[in-house]
Amino acid sequence: MEDIIIKTVGLGFTYDDGEGETNPFDGKREIPALSDVNLEIRAGEYVAVLGHNGSGKSTFAKLLNMILTPTVGKIYIDGIDITDEGFTEDDVFAVRRKVGMVFQNPDNQLVATVVEEDVAFGPENLGLEREEIRRRVDEALAVAGMTEYSSHAPHKLSGGQKQRVAIAGIIAMKPRVIIFDESTAMLDPRGRQEVLDIMERLNKEEGITVLNITHYMDEAARADRVVVINDGRVELDGAPKEVFREVERLHEMGLEAPQGKELLHALECEGIAIDSEALHEEECIAALVKYLKRI
Amino acid sequence: MITDMTLGQFFPGKSVIHRLDPRTKLILTIVFIVATFLASNPVTFLLLTVCTVALVMASGISLGTILKGIKPIIFILIFTAILNVFLTGGVGEPLVAFWIIKIYKEGIIRAVFMALRILILIVGTSTLLTYTTSPIALTDGIESLLSPLKKIKVPVHTFAMMMTIALRFIPTLVEETEKIMNAQKSRGADFSSGGLIKKAKALIPILIPLFVSAFKRADELATAMECRCYRGDKNRTKLVKLSYKGRDALWFVLSALFIGGVIVLGFVAGYMPEELASTNLFRIMFYPI
Repeated sequence: MEDIIIKTVGLGFTYDDGEGETNPFDGKREIPALSDVNLEIRAGEYVAVLGHNGSGKSTFAKLLNMILTPTVGKIYIDGIDITDEGFTEDDVFAVRRKVGMVFQNPDNQLVATVVEEDVAFGPENLGLEREEIRRRVDEALAVAGMTEYSSHAPHKLSGGQKQRVAIAGIIAMKPRVIIFDESTAMLDPRGRQEVLDIMERLNKEEGITVLNITHYMDEAARADRVVVINDGRVELDGAPKEVFREVERLHEMGLEAPQGKELLHALECEGIAIDSEALHEEECIAALVKYLKRI
Repeated sequence: MITDMTLGQFFPGKSVIHRLDPRTKLILTIVFIVATFLASNPVTFLLLTVCTVALVMASGISLGTILKGIKPIIFILIFTAILNVFLTGGVGEPLVAFWIIKIYKEGIIRAVFMALRILILIVGTSTLLTYTTSPIALTDGIESLLSPLKKIKVPVHTFAMMMTIALRFIPTLVEETEKIMNAQKSRGADFSSGGLIKKAKALIPILIPLFVSAFKRADELATAMECRCYRGDKNRTKLVKLSYKGRDALWFVLSALFIGGVIVLGFVAGYMPEELASTNLFRIMFYPI
């Protein structure tokens, strides 16, 4: 039996702003941020959670490491019910130790004035021995490729580098799951690429379960599994090839397939059927070249 | 403009002073400040000056940096000196007597001493502390020195953490201020003309967005810290542990000799009218630096 690290059953969440539940703009009742989410994520999976702004994907992430508490439903992390009433503060920290989270703005995650000290922040909170902290900091910096910057001040680094420091800070806590909550949204293309590379390295080499919450289709296409959330519900769930086959449905949800896929789809609509499972740019190019050579 | 202030900045290095324990440096700084106030005659001032020069040389901080650090206080220095020259009364004949202005010998001596005292105070403490101690070491040092207060429930760790975060976010917020200023300027805001009140009013469109964003940052940072299992100093360990070394002991001995020297020389070579010595200390303590 495979090890299920995250399991949600009938999970729902509604933001309570204390102002009643009607929307002041259209007078309708507020739609819950999440409703009836049933997901199982196996240990070691690389999952992309996709959705447009306000779809509830970030809320989902915040529920998983107990920043928010679900209104209804259950969440099991590594077999433990984290929605249990009798949860103590220590239990909460035990969960957060297992589920690390990297946020969107790298600036607002870094605590210390020196890179190394910042990476040490998590392990220090865990109350580890000094030698162990040292070892973890060095390891984490090496994994994030930031070893040479260990004594730099964070504010002098680029956005991508800062985000790598933030990731190192999470790696040093040795979590089983790392959730990236739109961690690439504020970065330039190069920074994004760096962060994506680390994500994949963590998943493939360190065996960490990675949840990439994003609205970039090309990022989602790189994952092993894509979960599409729309209006608080899981709409699609499967391998990238299966999910992005549903181009029309994605459009209905205000999303797009990766560029190459969109192109193939547009061609298909025009009657040029290039029967291809191509998803990534290179694959699409290859499929087009093959088609053009045939005619 | 805000970024090129040297006073209060840290210059990384490997000098003797850099390698001292931050707690040692904090204590030495206090000793040094007390000594500057105790100095009351030319001999003690000579000792102070020599020791300050020695400190600067030992720290490996360049003369240019030191001078740059003095620049913002030059006005205060000159102002203090001038006030003292003109306002100090004397016992003998005035050196210069013109209209209502009378300058006495005591006034000049006092002006020199005052200026020298401020100068030594600034140069000495910044070399000993801020130039050579990283902000994080400084906060660690303060936390460690104040840790006995934890027994009477003073939240020492919280204060230290607040200081660390403040230090961490100063450059970020400075950057942000500049961004906001540029954004407002590009929409026609004018920060440089008009009187004081108009200028102050012009700051409002900078301050409000800055505060809003600072609160937002604080909120996000708190969430991020909680996600990294932060819960105050409960069960918390440290990567860098402070430890006194042999050289710290040596410096404690040196500082004891130093302050002892200042006190002894103050008595032995004591030239300074009573009236001056007593008012001096009082005045400088309330001098708004």
